[in-house]
Parts: sequence; structure tokens; C-alpha cells
Amino acid sequence: MTDTVQRSAATGEPMIRLEGLTKRFPGQAEPAVDALDLEVPRGEIVILVGPSGCGKTTTMRLINRLIEPTSGRIVIDGEDVTKVDPDNLRRRIGYVIQQVGLFPHMTVADNIATVPRLLKWKEERIRARVDELLDLVGLDPSAYRHRYPKQLSGGQRQRAGVARALSADPPVMLMDEPFGAIDPITRERLQNEFLRLQQEIRKTIVFVTHDIDEAIKMGDRIAILRQGSRVAQYDTPEHILSAPADDFVADFIGAGASLKRLNLTRVHDVELAQWPTATSDTARDEILATLQSSDKGAVLILDAQRRPLRWVAARDIQRTDRPLMETGLVAEAVVEAHATLNDALNEMLRSNYGVAIVVDSSGAYQGAVDFGTVSGAVQELRRAARAAARAPVSGGASTGETVR
Amino acid sequence: MNPFTFLIDNWDLYINGFLRLFQAANLAFVLAMIVGVIIASFRVSPIPPLQRFAAFYVTVFRNSPLLIIFFLFFFGLPKLGFTFTPFTSTVIVMTLYTGAYLAETVRSGINSVDTGQAEAARAIGLKFREVLGTVVIPQALRTVVGPIGNLYIANAKNTVIGTTIGLFVETTAAQRLANSTGQPIAAYSAAAIFFVVWLLIAAQVFTSIEQRVAIKR
Repeated sequence: MTDTVQRSAATGEPMIRLEGLTKRFPGQAEPAVDALDLEVPRGEIVILVGPSGCGKTTTMRLINRLIEPTSGRIVIDGEDVTKVDPDNLRRRIGYVIQQVGLFPHMTVADNIATVPRLLKWKEERIRARVDELLDLVGLDPSAYRHRYPKQLSGGQRQRAGVARALSADPPVMLMDEPFGAIDPITRERLQNEFLRLQQEIRKTIVFVTHDIDEAIKMGDRIAILRQGSRVAQYDTPEHILSAPADDFVADFIGAGASLKRLNLTRVHDVELAQWPTATSDTARDEILATLQSSDKGAVLILDAQRRPLRWVAARDIQRTDRPLMETGLVAEAVVEAHATLNDALNEMLRSNYGVAIVVDSSGAYQGAVDFGTVSGAVQELRRAARAAARAPVSGGASTGETVR
Repeated sequence: MNPFTFLIDNWDLYINGFLRLFQAANLAFVLAMIVGVIIASFRVSPIPPLQRFAAFYVTVFRNSPLLIIFFLFFFGLPKLGFTFTPFTSTVIVMTLYTGAYLAETVRSGINSVDTGQAEAARAIGLKFREVLGTVVIPQALRTVVGPIGNLYIANAKNTVIGTTIGLFVETTAAQRLANSTGQPIAAYSAAAIFFVVWLLIAAQVFTSIEQRVAIKR
């Protein structure tokens, strides 16, 4: 539960404070953003979510003054930035948009180096920073440094875009539907990777999406907005799910709140099921003995680095006409420990044996998620949600964290 | 006489004239590129006086017959006390004239760049000049290499008008030979050979530039 500790440490002066922020576009009767007050705590991901046209993107663009506010104040890290030079302001705020906005005529390295060059860093420092960032976002520098954006897949471009946003190490990042244009499987992986990255970098992030599931998964806090960027509810995902403020919020969350809660629980927060394992060079008798001494129907064979290879059942082990590694089933449905239970459940349902294998970041076996794990977690969540619903809902920062 | 033998017989006259014309045309084109990029930047800038100046400039030079601009320069400016050599005058007029066309071409290139690019550049803290200079114009130019190649060819041929009016000695070789030998067809055809060879090579160069700078896919 290190999460909880780090989260509650995010107290004191908020990183971003919006005060009565208003934007009225000429020729429109209603303001796009109407006297918005919002505080974004240091080191947290705050999600702005709402129906299209509610003003969430406008709100985000007001923060780095891509759009100038009609009235109100923007305070970042205690400094009123409503009137400062906008270009300097933006160099301190990372920005990731849906189509990534990588510059197609520049290599990945040059894209990432854009802001450091403007800041007149030494070439040597820039090179080191580029490589460091590529590593951080999971792109091998030697393979990707000199590629052009068109030579990357959607997911790789997204990573390069995040690396560029991080180039000058800004304390604040703005992300406008960053995973919107990516296929669902890659999106899920990128979301998980991004959350893991955030554990390391601890930026203050304002994240815009229209997808409530993404909001629940990614957000430390969610602001559900209605027309005019008016806050319908601003709270932790747990609270929003268990105690929606009004019908608008309830409608927006939609049906299936229990299933959505699976997005709130990480695999590393639940007790994993342990399946019998053996390494690939173990003798057959020994594997069989391991299997028979457990209550499961198969043994998971691991390689020397403890990475899962195959599932073998008793009948596979006894078939001596074929090498062990050609029998049984390939170990599919692998999730990392920081994935959500929802991801694990998806993988389980896709696999042949109803088990998702959990590995750490180096791919080594940690345990497994099976139906028993999931239903135990759901019951736990329901209990916690009922308790939370009975507790007073004050929009407080310190409550509702127990579920994690 | 066959233009090829005519050309060989009068090679020195032709090559001197050609080289002078070649210089004037290329110098004017390089300067016109600079003018074109600056004027196009003015047109897309957020500053209204610059936009208006650029629009005015393009309107004047694109809609006036080249011959009239040349006449104004060669015969009008000296009356106001400005005198230039014919070579300089030719370069200035061609810079301004081709510059107006290049400005429009570059602007169409700028308009073809995805607006998200400028926005992304702005969002990471580039100033307007940096947005244009490092993100938008490099991409814009890549898309209009072909049209720029056309303007290079047009510029080369239009430069001949200036050299003819300005009568700088070297470039009127064909004219003088046509008169002195009484063989206008051979004399002018020989000059045309230079153009064909020059501009075929130029077209080839632009094609290879286009391929080289095309955004890699």
C-alpha cells in the first residue's frame, strides 16, 4: 500500500489552482468555461471527464494559456501565471495530445530535443537526456533515436510523445485524450505503463478524456464536468462510484459500477493464487510429484529467469514420446502486477484455462489471478464501497483510499 | 546553317552571355526564396499590419505585367535619381516578381501543414517565429518542392526579358548574331539549346530534391 502513503503525502499548496476561471468565446451566448474553481494536488493525476462540448479541453488549454482566459486566475506552484509570458510558461508544462503532434520531418531524438535546444542545453546533455527518456518510456534508444515518426507504430509514437513532453522535466503535464487514437489492446498496455511511469516521475497531471472507464483507471481524482465546465463532482474514483453526487454523475458513470470497480484494484493489491511451478529442466517425475501434491490441474513451467513458458497437465507429463516443451499449452494471458483486475479478468476470459499469469516488470512469475481471486476482490470492494457510502462525503482527499 | 554548328562557331559569345544570364537568374531566385518565405510568414502571422503589407505586396507584383515592372525600373527609377546597372536592376525586379509567386506557393504549403503541428509546437513553448521556422516552414517547403521547381524555370525564362531590355552586352549575343549574320533562326535556336539543357538539368535536380526531402513514410 505504498500508493496510499505517497498519495496522502500530496498535501499543502496544490500544484495548480484555478480561481473563477472563465472563457467566453466571441459570438457565443454561454461561456465555454464558467467560473471554474479547481485545485490539483501535487503529484496527482486529475482527470477532467464529461460529455463532448462540456468545456474540458478548453479548460485544459486555459491552463497553459493556449487559450487566454476571459477572467479568473491560474496559479501554478504558488505563482500567478495568468499574466506571465505564455511561451516560458509552456516550457514548464508538458503537453501530450491525441494525435501526439510529433513533428514528422524530425527524428524521434530531434523531436524530444526540441525544448532542450530552445533552452540552450549543451548537445551532450541533450543526447544523454534523449536516451534517458527513450529508456524511461520503453523505447530502445539505439533502435529508435534516428527513426522518423512515420516509421513508428501508434503506440510507439505515443511513447515518443510522452518522452517529448517530459524533455525539460516539467513539474506539470497536460494530456488531452492521449490514448484516444490507439487500438484497445495497445491502449490498455500504454495506460498501465503510464501509471507505472507516474510512480517514478510523480508529475502533476491534468488528463482529459471522455471515457469514464479510463478516468476511473487513471485518475487519483476525477472531476466530472457538465456544460460550461461546471463541476458536477470532484472526488476520488472510489467515492464517485460508491456515492455519485447526483443523477447527472450517476448517468455518466452508467451501469455496472461493480465491474468498473475492478478498474480500481491493481493485481498487486490482491492476494494472488499460487499455482505449482517447475523449471524447464526439471525431471518429469519431479514435476508430476509437484502437481500431485497441489490441488491444481496443471504445472506452470518457467525458464531460467522464471518467465512462464507452458502449462502442462498430468497427461502431458506422462506422454514421453514428445519433449515436455512441446506438450501442454503455451502460457498465454500474462499481465503485469500493476495491471488492474479488469485487465486480468479480460486476459483470463481470453485464455483457455481461466487463469491470468502475473509477472513482474522483468517478466518473472509472481502468481496468478483466477476466478477465486476476482470474486474475493469483488466482495472486498463491495464491503469497502458500502462503508464509504455510509461515511460522510466531503470531497475530502484523505478518504476513500482504503480500497486501493 | 544548323544551330549546332552555328553555336560552335560562336561559342565564346554564347557562353559568356549565358553565364551572365545564369548568374542573374540564380541570384534573383535565391533572393526571391528569402523574400517569399518572409512574405508568406507575414501573411500567416498574427500581426495585422504585416498581413496587410504582405497581401499588398503579393497583389501588386503578381498582378502587374512583368514587362511594365521592368520598364518602371529601367526608365522610371533613374528619373527619381536611382540608377542601377542593368544587371542589378534585372536581379532586383526578378527577386520582387518571383518572390511574390514564391510567397503564394510557400503560403499554400503552410496551409497544407496540419494545424495540430503548429498547436503542438506552441504547446511545448515555441515562440511564433520558432513555430514557423522549425516546425511549419520546413514541412511546408517539403510539400511544395515541385511548384518551386516550376517557378525556378519560369524565373529563368522571365529573366531573359530583363536582359533584353537592359541590353547588357553579354546576354544579347543571339540578337546581335541574328542581325549581323542574317540567320535569326540559327542564332535564336542556338540560344534555346542553352535553355533546354539548363532547365532539363534543373528539373532533374528539383525532382531529386523532392525525393530526398519527402517526409519519410
